[in-house]
Amino acid sequence: MGYTIIEKIIRGHTDEEVRTGEIVWMDLDVRSARDFGGPNVVKNFYREFGDTPVSDRSKTFFTFDLCVPACTLQYADNQQVCRDFARGRGIKVFDVDEGIGSHVLIERGLAAAGSTVVGTDSHMNILGAVGCFGQGMGDVDITFAFKTGKTWFQVPESLKVFVRGEPSSGLSAKDLTLSIVKQLGTKKAALKSVEFYGAAVRNLSISGRITLCSMVTEMAGITGFIPEFKDSVASEIKSLSGEEFNHPHADKDAVYSDNITIDIDGLGPQVAAPFLPTNVKNVGDLGRVKIDSGFIGSCTNGRFEDLKAAARILKGKKVKEGVMLKIVPATRKVYKQLLEEGILKDLFESGAIISNAGCGGCAQGHIGLTGKGEVQISTGNRNFEGKQGKGQNYLASPEVVAASCILGHIAGPEDI
Amino acid sequence: MKSPILMGKIWVLLGEKGRLIEDIDTDQIFHNAFLHITELRQMGQYALGNLGGWKDFPGKTGPGDIIIAGRNFGAGSSRQQAVDCFKSLQTGIIIAPSFGAIYFRNAVNSGFPVMKCSKLVDLIASGLLKTGDEIRVNIRTGEGQNLYRKEALFLEPMNEVQYNLWEVGGLFSYAKKMKQD
Repeated sequence: MGYTIIEKIIRGHTDEEVRTGEIVWMDLDVRSARDFGGPNVVKNFYREFGDTPVSDRSKTFFTFDLCVPACTLQYADNQQVCRDFARGRGIKVFDVDEGIGSHVLIERGLAAAGSTVVGTDSHMNILGAVGCFGQGMGDVDITFAFKTGKTWFQVPESLKVFVRGEPSSGLSAKDLTLSIVKQLGTKKAALKSVEFYGAAVRNLSISGRITLCSMVTEMAGITGFIPEFKDSVASEIKSLSGEEFNHPHADKDAVYSDNITIDIDGLGPQVAAPFLPTNVKNVGDLGRVKIDSGFIGSCTNGRFEDLKAAARILKGKKVKEGVMLKIVPATRKVYKQLLEEGILKDLFESGAIISNAGCGGCAQGHIGLTGKGEVQISTGNRNFEGKQGKGQNYLASPEVVAASCILGHIAGPEDI
Repeated sequence: MKSPILMGKIWVLLGEKGRLIEDIDTDQIFHNAFLHITELRQMGQYALGNLGGWKDFPGKTGPGDIIIAGRNFGAGSSRQQAVDCFKSLQTGIIIAPSFGAIYFRNAVNSGFPVMKCSKLVDLIASGLLKTGDEIRVNIRTGEGQNLYRKEALFLEPMNEVQYNLWEVGGLFSYAKKMKQD
């Protein structure tokens, strides 16, 4: 009997027998903590392990990406607690200037294909985009991982999803992703490792892969993999991280809990209406929804390609008066590329507000909050009630957000 | 040895339509506005603080109470506080048809009992499980009983790792015990 991708990765990190449903202790290649969760990790560490070293400082990182730079005293204190801990132990901190931790790990070659990475970020599974098993964890787990380099894990079932059909031209990875979220809901992929196959996903760039893999969390899945890829993706990953890209493959006789085919033939722009990421509709079926603000960024859609796609629509046009467009690049590296290619200027001149790199759009402490009654269209991954303030959040692609901000109501790029 | 028998008054997390609320995410359980809090005793006051109809929960509940929730409870973020806020309130156990993957791990690691029960929706629809009832569950075997309505309950028993972690009081105690052995 063969193995699925997740089983192969786990097998590479444990001596125990790997069988679906069994719990094994596995080795972790990288463990990280953010400015949310990180201070709790430090506190746990001191309480439980005192003034002792971590198991391997070269594999241990802090990544500050949430409240960057700190906008309240509490966050400033929390970040400093982590810095002090890190300095005392020789641990590298990707500080408030670097951007989203998971993206930084990819850019730095710290999330190699076939490796295991954990962090205090529930979207750590975006690392599936580069064939790495990334797992979000709470601060107890991460403290333990800092100290031991190990974690327990119940080998999840794997789900095979075949994406069939041709999307309409110019369709973004987010539209594809939202359509998959709609069709899988929060039940079909729940607690599973999902392997996506089919031409539409094979053709995705690294940024598109990140978009799809990130929202496996919203499908209630553990992680997602896209094992087939174009040569250009392999070279893109190599140029980004400096590492060769060898995605693990499932055996031909690997066992899946289910095989699901998703049809995306003729799919057009999608939007997830409040208050669930699964509440996905065609933009065209939405009716006229007036917006107050737009947000482009997040770990789901904050790559260079995402912002460039938005800029293509915004260039030479203006954000409608009375609408705020907030843009947050995923990382400093993305920011630099935007700057060098003149895209920052196009975005700025359209009227958008562009901040430094970071998470943005998902929690209090950074850009993207909404007030009561405010309607926002966002490239984020969650629109749960109250998450980003008291307003209503619609989720969509960078192109849809850009078009909507020009028109003042939710619209597809073809409406411009 | 800790007794695997837990008893307490239940709170059934029903929504406006009188049905179990599904997909309650960690921002509804413990909102991101309070993530800077690192003291356990300060966390309880915010439990369910962003869940419509349940914002007053911390003032109503008492130690040992049992929460009955809908499927995919604890979806969303990795924050430990979404588990710890219930530890802070001394909640006895949370029972749901299923949990968010990270949430479940966080609870197991904290030594906080969470158990799955696939029959909850039916039991509630049949009026066999209501807020205020007192129930008893054996977390080792999964056997339970609604003491008020004299009805049997069947829960999925804890797996070995979860039970061991609960017994010693969580992942840190387990790590220290491993060292001693």
